[in-house]
Amino acid sequence: MLGASGSGHPGGSLSAADIVTCLYFHAMRHDPRNPQWEDRDRFVLSKGHGCPVLYAAMAISGYFPKEQLATLRKLGSPLQGHPDTRFMPALEACTGSLGQGLSIATGIALAAQMDKKDRWVYALISDSENEEGQTWEAAGFAGFHQLDRLIAVLDYNKFQLDGAIKDILDLEPLRSKWESFRWHVQEADGHSIPELLAALDKAKQVKGQPHMIIAHTVKGKGVSFMENNNYFHGVAPTQEEMQAALKEIDGDPSLSRALVAAGKIKKGGK
Amino acid sequence: MIVGMEKKMGLATRDAYGQALAELGRVNPKIVVLDGDLSASTKTNLFAREFPDRFFNVGVAEANLVGLAGGLAQAGKIPFISSFACFIVCRAYDQLRMAVAVPHQNVKVVTSHGGISVGEDGASQQSIEDVALMTATPGFIVAVPSDEHCTRALVKQAADVKGPVYIRTGRPKAPLVHDVSTKFSFGKGILLRQGKDVTIVANGLLVFEALAAAEALAEQGISAAVVDMHTVKPLDEELLIQQAKSTGAVVTAEEHSVWGGLGSAVSSALSRKDPVPMEFVGIQDTYAESGKPEELLEKYGLTARHVAQAAERVVKRKR
Repeated sequence: MLGASGSGHPGGSLSAADIVTCLYFHAMRHDPRNPQWEDRDRFVLSKGHGCPVLYAAMAISGYFPKEQLATLRKLGSPLQGHPDTRFMPALEACTGSLGQGLSIATGIALAAQMDKKDRWVYALISDSENEEGQTWEAAGFAGFHQLDRLIAVLDYNKFQLDGAIKDILDLEPLRSKWESFRWHVQEADGHSIPELLAALDKAKQVKGQPHMIIAHTVKGKGVSFMENNNYFHGVAPTQEEMQAALKEIDGDPSLSRALVAAGKIKKGGK
Repeated sequence: MIVGMEKKMGLATRDAYGQALAELGRVNPKIVVLDGDLSASTKTNLFAREFPDRFFNVGVAEANLVGLAGGLAQAGKIPFISSFACFIVCRAYDQLRMAVAVPHQNVKVVTSHGGISVGEDGASQQSIEDVALMTATPGFIVAVPSDEHCTRALVKQAADVKGPVYIRTGRPKAPLVHDVSTKFSFGKGILLRQGKDVTIVANGLLVFEALAAAEALAEQGISAAVVDMHTVKPLDEELLIQQAKSTGAVVTAEEHSVWGGLGSAVSSALSRKDPVPMEFVGIQDTYAESGKPEELLEKYGLTARHVAQAAERVVKRKR
């Protein structure tokens, strides 16, 4: 998709791929044939720039034909550069301005609590969104109001656009920050399906607190030359890189290795 | 104060909002109210007392307040959200944009402390830009009601409109310019006084000042029409053009910056359809200060005298 569009954010899409997979193909109750189903679980992609992985999961789920993925970021496409409900009503929120999605998810969870609905509300937030004050406003509200139907997953890939988080605005100690806001916090390997599923299951057993799963991830996961290479935060792969990446994801890293050996891969901020 | 105009004080428009909101709560269970620790000032406390389960004081956290409203609306609620105009519109503008405007959520933003009649609190609490920001935001209805009757009617209508609405209320008691029988509708201005020589188009507190100015102008032989243009967007262009044609000159009057408010909207509409000489009564591209409301309105040029002077100027400019 990103190769076809020529722009977008591969790194943060790949780091979130396993998380989104667990949500769309295991945890969430949803019906692609009836996207407005009243009792569906809700998902807010707060890190809106990671939408390629969301669109991919939605296409595979059956919300729209997979061929449509190639229209990402093209004029008139429902697959907007950042999630936009006007073009894709199956989405729950317009995101892309960082730090806002958790508030929106919290509002949806608040409505569920008021109406005594048993739906789950999931939010996927980025690590750098922890730099936004609004994230902590939402955290405080959800903790105080004991919104235990709210499950947030934090894609902790340790990088933001301009470089490593630890060099720009270190978030640590992240776990105790969320705990101090009265959240039930777990940590998991964000690329281990069993660990993620266990954390999601455990979250649902704990009452009286919203849930945070800090998922430790690798930016660009699955494509060796993109892993922890922040050049690919917001730059789409070239045709050559795309071919190599797709082949590597299918289990054959030979083209990727050849590109690296030929010195063709650009490197970005450490 | 210009002699000759009887001034009957009504409630502050924020008080009328609080009452109307509580009444709405009784008939519409979908209404949820959020406030950012100013419920005693915005008057959402009336709703809070009656419907504690549907009222959330989110604390001093306006960005989250707006985001929550977007989520509640996405889940089918009708959130009415309130704080001072500065703190929702200016402070949480991007949240209004992303959580409410872009997805066209059914959120009603009703602020208090619009304009400089806030008084002693000074510039930090006096919103002079909110109408500009909100009219620039696609999809919002934007209204500045003049008195308690107008406020009650528009607040109740807001609950029936599908989509985002912005209503700005004020802190001080507002003189009555309408009566209970007046019919109000978003996007429909009200011709309060007929006139031949000039039309004064006003909203909020300035509607009364416009009426007082028209009285004074009549004594000088200038016949001024007065329109309460409570809705800035969508603007009642039909009434505006009819008045521009029949009087040939327009003065706008508002408790807002002359940049981007009612005056800008009116001049933009008239310059496209039927240009006539115009004058603008409003805050002249400056922040105000502490003082009594009436002192500030005088110092910053927002009284009947200023409106009348603007009308005299514009009449002289007519060909």
